[in-house]
Amino acid sequence: MTDLRELYQQVILDHNRSPRNFRQVPNANHTADGDNPLCGDRITVWVRVDGDVVDDIGFQGTGCAISQASASLMTTAVKGKPVADAERLFAAFHAMVTGAGEPDRATLGKLLAFAGVREFPARVKCANLPWHTLHAALRDTTEPVTTE
Amino acid sequence: MTTGVERVPTGAATAPAFDAERVRADFPLLGRSMRGKSLVYLDNAATSQKPRHVIDAIHRFYETLNANVHRGVYQLSEEATTAYEWGRAMVARYLNAPSPAEVVFVRGATEGINLVASAFGRSRLEAGDEVLVTAMEHHSNIVPWQLVCEERGAKLRVLPMDTRGALVLDHLPGLLTKRTKIVAVVHVSNSLGTINDVQTIITAAHERGIPVLVDGAQAAPHGPVDVQALDCDFYAVSGHKMFGPTGIGALYGKRALLEALPPYQGGGEMIASVTFEKTTYAPLPMKFEAGTPNIEGAVGLGAAVDYLRGLDWTAVATHERDLLAYAESRLREIPGVRLIGTAPTKASVVSFVLEGVHPHDIGTIADQDGVAIRTGHHCTQPVMDFFGVPATARASFTFYNTRDDVDRLAASVWKARELFGA
Repeated sequence: MTDLRELYQQVILDHNRSPRNFRQVPNANHTADGDNPLCGDRITVWVRVDGDVVDDIGFQGTGCAISQASASLMTTAVKGKPVADAERLFAAFHAMVTGAGEPDRATLGKLLAFAGVREFPARVKCANLPWHTLHAALRDTTEPVTTE
Repeated sequence: MTTGVERVPTGAATAPAFDAERVRADFPLLGRSMRGKSLVYLDNAATSQKPRHVIDAIHRFYETLNANVHRGVYQLSEEATTAYEWGRAMVARYLNAPSPAEVVFVRGATEGINLVASAFGRSRLEAGDEVLVTAMEHHSNIVPWQLVCEERGAKLRVLPMDTRGALVLDHLPGLLTKRTKIVAVVHVSNSLGTINDVQTIITAAHERGIPVLVDGAQAAPHGPVDVQALDCDFYAVSGHKMFGPTGIGALYGKRALLEALPPYQGGGEMIASVTFEKTTYAPLPMKFEAGTPNIEGAVGLGAAVDYLRGLDWTAVATHERDLLAYAESRLREIPGVRLIGTAPTKASVVSFVLEGVHPHDIGTIADQDGVAIRTGHHCTQPVMDFFGVPATARASFTFYNTRDDVDRLAASVWKARELFGA
């Protein structure tokens, strides 16, 4: 169970059970769809950017605990932050789950719960999907995002 | 046969009770450990493990027989050709095809279906015609037909299934119309385990003069097939699901149909003569085998069939039925488990979901215990949509699995439930 507890930390299980910001955002001015067709994980992210701040963010979708919790924690991490900070979090998160060097603890905060994902190569794409979708939304990419 | 690949497999159990342990010894990979535990391999519907008999045959082919086939005048090429054609003859015997000439080597069932969809579709389908498939087809028996229907302006129609995952045969007569040109049906469903009554479908279609293709990828691993008794027009199998190597499969087709169809691909090997004005094609089965074929694959598949022919299939059927019943009962004991696919006749495939735990998470947790199961939509998205689930976890058993394997799976599912507090 030790390895599994590393992956399925309590905060991940909690966010999977009760995802935060699981809703469409009224007056969203950015949105994108993420889809891992082989997995069946699907997500839509809505963002309202006011000035250069992520004023509101929400998501809806279906998927495994890793993808759902990643999306939920992502929304709580970037809400109210400048867009540049959200992009910095995206980069730090991506580096952490793909095992590119030591995680940037100061930047990642709660998102460190996903550090265990790098030990499970097949699940990296699950953790990454919401972030790539947010990244695409902020850049107004119209093509659906995939991490497969 | 001079290759020496024919021998009686050591796992040929003839006692009434099937000795799975003895058969396991024929499969080297089953002896390896996974994450510090003995491997429990329950993804046989995706691909099967290979007996030493097959591994040795491929090894021996490259060490003693390798040459191109059907073209050399020298002894080595003749021996390679003999080995290749021996593979074909073995497959013909396993399927009880009247002649090896009616067995075309392909990459797998997928290519076999594409061959028929393309060659039959291009020559026989017209605008407004219909192709009938079923609600439980693998994508490989949907997409090739969609492609050719789109090209020809034909329509794809679907025979429905009920909530157990059994085909609703009452709807069949209404769906076999004057415009139906071919029926394509899966023998055993990969995601539900349903064994379809293809016999009834074939009889009904033939009464109306409609040919039937059977996707046998999931049926052939569970025992020899009799295409003559079924009277199907085409039957497609994948070598790697029936204990042979990947990249090889076979398409059985009735001689008259194969002869009437245009070639699938052009190239070497499939011709009789070529000029820039006109090409004439080689006789069956070479007409459908353009280019240098997968020779080692044919030899390996032949060896797989040779191995399978040594098994007591009555005992295997009893053993697999026991595994299915035991697995279903152990999984049903776990609160929140719902089985997907409960048709009255099933192969040893168990698809399930666990409330509050996504199948991928079950897959990861099982993997930590050394238990390999498949999770996802199993290339049957319409089936997932029908049952209202995005994915399932699937354990698919074969003759080398045991009740211990089932216990290990059940323990992992219990663990998933505990971990998630489901």
